Amino acid sequence: MAQKIIAGITVDVNEEGYFTNPAQWTRELAKEVAKEEGIQLTDTHYAVLEFLRERFAKGENLTIRSVGNSGIIDIKGFYGLFPGAPMKKAAKVAGIPKPASCV
Amino acid sequence: MKRLLILGAGTGGTIMANKMRKILDRDEWEITIVDQHKTHYYQPGFLFIPFGMYTRQDVVKPKTSFIPLGVNVIFQEIDRIDGASNHVILKDGISLKYDFLIVATGTRVVPDETPGLKGPLWHKSIFDFYTIEGAMALAEFFKTWPGGELVLNIADVPIKCPVAPLEFVMFADAFFVERGVRSKVNISYATPMSGAFTKPRASKVLGSLLEEKNISIIPDFYLEKVDNERKRLVSYDEREIPFDCLVTIPVHKGDAMIGRSGLGDEMDFAKAHKHTLQSDFFPNIFVIGDAGNFPTSKAGSVVHFQADVLTENLMCAIENRPFTESFDGHSNCYIETGFGKGALIDFNYDTEPLPGSFPFPGIGPFGLLKETRMNHYGKLLFRWIYWHILLKGKEMPIDSKMTMAGKKM
Repeated sequence: MAQKIIAGITVDVNEEGYFTNPAQWTRELAKEVAKEEGIQLTDTHYAVLEFLRERFAKGENLTIRSVGNSGIIDIKGFYGLFPGAPMKKAAKVAGIPKPASCV
Repeated sequence: MKRLLILGAGTGGTIMANKMRKILDRDEWEITIVDQHKTHYYQPGFLFIPFGMYTRQDVVKPKTSFIPLGVNVIFQEIDRIDGASNHVILKDGISLKYDFLIVATGTRVVPDETPGLKGPLWHKSIFDFYTIEGAMALAEFFKTWPGGELVLNIADVPIKCPVAPLEFVMFADAFFVERGVRSKVNISYATPMSGAFTKPRASKVLGSLLEEKNISIIPDFYLEKVDNERKRLVSYDEREIPFDCLVTIPVHKGDAMIGRSGLGDEMDFAKAHKHTLQSDFFPNIFVIGDAGNFPTSKAGSVVHFQADVLTENLMCAIENRPFTESFDGHSNCYIETGFGKGALIDFNYDTEPLPGSFPFPGIGPFGLLKETRMNHYGKLLFRWIYWHILLKGKEMPIDSKMTMAGKKM
């Protein structure tokens, strides 16, 4: 398993840079990971990250549509927050594994 | 009398009615199955209809032909499940009491979820093939279509039979080659996923198959709306794809009744344990197949494997024992690749599709993750197996648990 030093703290990550231990995540680390993705985190970003972490902890599927139905932001807005591939980027910043869309 | 109630007489509900009627004592247990529709569709056959390979009569039979004697059948819409009082309320107000409940209400396509999809071009230039109506309309359309931009789009995942869209474009390639107009047809495959398939090794193999057939993949395309006037697909990140013929796999949802009953997620898929198949909300409710939020394929093979597990676990629950069976996510899909050939994949929650032979290691007769003629015959043979063996809950020579035997790492 790979490790990475983010803001002076060592965290476990996979080869693509996704956290393998979500418990190591903090809001500070998120800020740094987001910077690497070229994203400046706002309160709305954090609300989405918390939402994803909660869903992940409950073992629920992480989908773009579920964020759109979350009441935090619509899908278009989600793309605005994490441009390009919102779910993959958001998962990375949220310190949870890359969502494997179930076949 | 104790009561087992089954909601949905599709693949899962029908198999469970057959299995449980054999096991549960007729003097002690009443079994009732409820469905709003009287026709059973062989859904894997829908894929063949647009290309004139199957007709309507190849894929329909009356549901009652597959329900065993000693099981009550009610054709009626379901209003909701009242899990707290162990009752199911039907549309006409009739209330059915149960001791144990199996939810097998499947999934449905909801084109209305996407603006413009069910607009003026619906069933004129835009078709689905996951319904009999859509598949038939597309068959008519293809008969006289001179060619142009043919786009297959998956609006969102999960979908039923995740390989069917791939099979569709490969069939389309063969169909237009055989009709001598392939040079006039551009085929593209626009998907919200990052590649042809979700799992890496299968995605690579299937991706290069598409490439060989000159079918272009447009990955990470998440559909926002369809512009009917300009005949364009528009994604949330504002990319556009022009089409002359759009074949859509619309957003899938569970039955709205699941949502009304408070037993589902935001897409109305019933929340249940992925190994035990027990509902997250009530211990005497179980879920099978497409209706559930299980992280595996929504496909008949999955339902078939789940049925073995559910039969065991339901008996455990009835007899107040700990669960003895655990579903591993086993899925097994034949993939038609056109020109009389096919591929086959076999996988579960933890193991992605791998190359090898199936079901007998080193022998086959089917080849895993490669194109062979035998795999194509397997798919055709499967229709007979479906009607005569699978639905009736009879034994098949394939274990419900996936095995690594015959697979190459």
